[in-house]
Amino acid sequence: MFTIVSADFLAENIKKFEIEAPRIAKKRKAGQFVMLRATDNGERIPLTIADSDPEKGTITIIAQGAGKTTRELNRLEAGDTISDIVGPLGTPSHIENFGTAVSIGGGVGTAIAYPTAVALKEAGNYVITINGARTKEMVILENEMKSVSDEAYITTDDGSYGFHGFVTQKLQELIDSGKKIDYVLAIGPIPMMKAVADVTRPYGINTVVSLNPIMVDGTGMCGGCRVTVDNEIKFACVDGPEFDAHKVDFTNLNDRNKIYLKEEQSSETEYKHRCNLDTQS
Amino acid sequence: MAIPRQEMPAQDPLERIQNFKEVNLGYTPELAIKEAMRCIQCKDPVCIKGCPVNIKIDEFIDLVANGDFTGAARKIKEDNVLPAICGRVCPQEDQCEKECILGKKHKPVAIGHLERFVADYERESGNVAVPHVKPATGRKIAVIGSGPAGLSCANDLAQFGHKVVVFEALHELGGVLMYGVPEFRLPKEIVRTEIEGLKSMGVEFQTDVVVGRSVTIDELMEEEGFDAVFIGVGAGLPWFMGIPGENLVGVLSANEFLTRVNLMKAYDFPESDTPVFDCKGKNVAVFGGGNTAMDAVRTAKRLGAEHAYIVYRRSEAEMPARIEEIHHAKEEGIEFLLLNNPVEFVGNDQQWLTGVKLVKMELGEPDDSGRRRPVAVEGSEYILPIDMAVISIGNGSNPLIGQTTPDIEFSKRDTIVVDINTMATSKENVYAGGDIVTGGATVILAMGAGRTAAKAIHEKLMGESHGFDEW
Repeated sequence: MFTIVSADFLAENIKKFEIEAPRIAKKRKAGQFVMLRATDNGERIPLTIADSDPEKGTITIIAQGAGKTTRELNRLEAGDTISDIVGPLGTPSHIENFGTAVSIGGGVGTAIAYPTAVALKEAGNYVITINGARTKEMVILENEMKSVSDEAYITTDDGSYGFHGFVTQKLQELIDSGKKIDYVLAIGPIPMMKAVADVTRPYGINTVVSLNPIMVDGTGMCGGCRVTVDNEIKFACVDGPEFDAHKVDFTNLNDRNKIYLKEEQSSETEYKHRCNLDTQS
Repeated sequence: MAIPRQEMPAQDPLERIQNFKEVNLGYTPELAIKEAMRCIQCKDPVCIKGCPVNIKIDEFIDLVANGDFTGAARKIKEDNVLPAICGRVCPQEDQCEKECILGKKHKPVAIGHLERFVADYERESGNVAVPHVKPATGRKIAVIGSGPAGLSCANDLAQFGHKVVVFEALHELGGVLMYGVPEFRLPKEIVRTEIEGLKSMGVEFQTDVVVGRSVTIDELMEEEGFDAVFIGVGAGLPWFMGIPGENLVGVLSANEFLTRVNLMKAYDFPESDTPVFDCKGKNVAVFGGGNTAMDAVRTAKRLGAEHAYIVYRRSEAEMPARIEEIHHAKEEGIEFLLLNNPVEFVGNDQQWLTGVKLVKMELGEPDDSGRRRPVAVEGSEYILPIDMAVISIGNGSNPLIGQTTPDIEFSKRDTIVVDINTMATSKENVYAGGDIVTGGATVILAMGAGRTAAKAIHEKLMGESHGFDEW
């Protein structure tokens, strides 16, 4: 059992948890994740480690309520427990002083981009962050991102805050302004990561994405998370989750992630129904 | 023979494909005694040599014949900590029962069925004895992996009086016994109960620890004070075939399919949160001919598959699966497409699997394994329409231990190199056994390796302080 130390909403539906997990806190590096099972009948889901405090023995994860498990998770409060958390998993981000590094986070992907942005800054990079959200209320980690950035930009799809448009438009603007960019990290929904890869490809900018396939064990024993990179099969949980964006088959990843759409929807509908019953009684 | 071999009662095939309950129902005391009386109590019981952990088969069967079932269970436990499991999943026809003298002219004594019976009898009686544990030695040993190798090693080390901590990456203990072998062959409650026995002996278990990621072997020894380490992490890395279309939606490894259903209880979705491919009314093909393939195809049938196929490139005679499992599969309506080899998976615009292109094979000259090599029949390709494909062609080693502990020597096949007499690896005080050493093998061989290692670890650790403990 893993105890939640604190639990706070960062935006509607996006919650940040600090959880006691001393082994993971001690070992984790930027880019790594945990598999989490909230309850005894629960499924295992992957979540990135956003931060850690080795002395306190805690890790931070940020979850967006997107389906049954994450909605259930987001009802937990400080003092509640989580059945299982295993990690740190995955290959840590490859960090070096690239020169100018752009870290792009889309939606809750910002939480995943954050630890790597910190590591890029610590490695001496000139760090530019582009933090994209649908609308103003959905912007997360603005101050955290600013604190590690030499330049920090917020974009909103509806223009309610910061730059009006997509993260890719901001990136294109930076490239067009003649800024020399040596490295781009993009984390967010698959269409966004694919779009970033398309922007940087003609310029040959080293671009890395953190992939989000379906995972079960997260330790390399099932291949549920396999992705096609440079026409080879890779297991994202062991070989990744970060890969060269210009070599990833995003279409295949997108299609593979739809396999349980019907089951996910029925599970969520049932869960919402139960929650409504709870409120009634 | 006056008495024929007593058959094991089983659930009716038509009924059992509707559920995940155990197929074999077990002997009654009467059947067990009758079967035990068939044993002719050889002076030199060769059956014992066929058992990788050398259970005193003649002695325990004699106790069964005399109605002392509890005594028989305890006799087995002197050599085997997981008899209810081994009695169910061991390939006895290739081990103890293969050696049985009766088998020369008649059918061998059903040693596996009897082992299972006495273990179940003891467990159900509620009167399970805790094995004797020697006084504490003060030595601390880490066992990595809670599968059959790790459990048997932990058991013996605990009995020697050592402090044992077992580290498991998954949230449940038991390794392949939990995630691989289905409920209908091995009820999970039995695995849990047999592991409870180890806890009562003082063995500590830590789940959710991935050695190589959460902690390394060097850290366990240098920072956490472990005097020795046993690696029993198995062979859990699924092989794929490398043919076109293998990444289509609906192509899964047997490990993934079985983990979802067994460990995550996806058969109980949505009561259990983990989904599994909806097999109802669909066509499912499982590629391979081993026990894992049989487990997967029988699971698909239970999930409602209209057609559940085994696609195997050789003939039935070459199938590595147990005869009993093949027999059960046939009874359940599994369709065997023998001498068929997949060359490509085909899908629709959304990249969902719609079929597999198969080529017919014929058997040619024997290959390195001594089995006749299958050769493709030119121009025999055809498309079999399927909705889900499960790949079950074997497993390799997970690379994590090797990557994080470079001073352990691995073979070209990615297995750990050990001294077969002691199971010692190239790294001081680190031992290994089970599938990580042999490649995919059997539960009982893994347990045998765990025992060998436990004995060697004990001798090594206690030998160094020779004499002082006696003072």
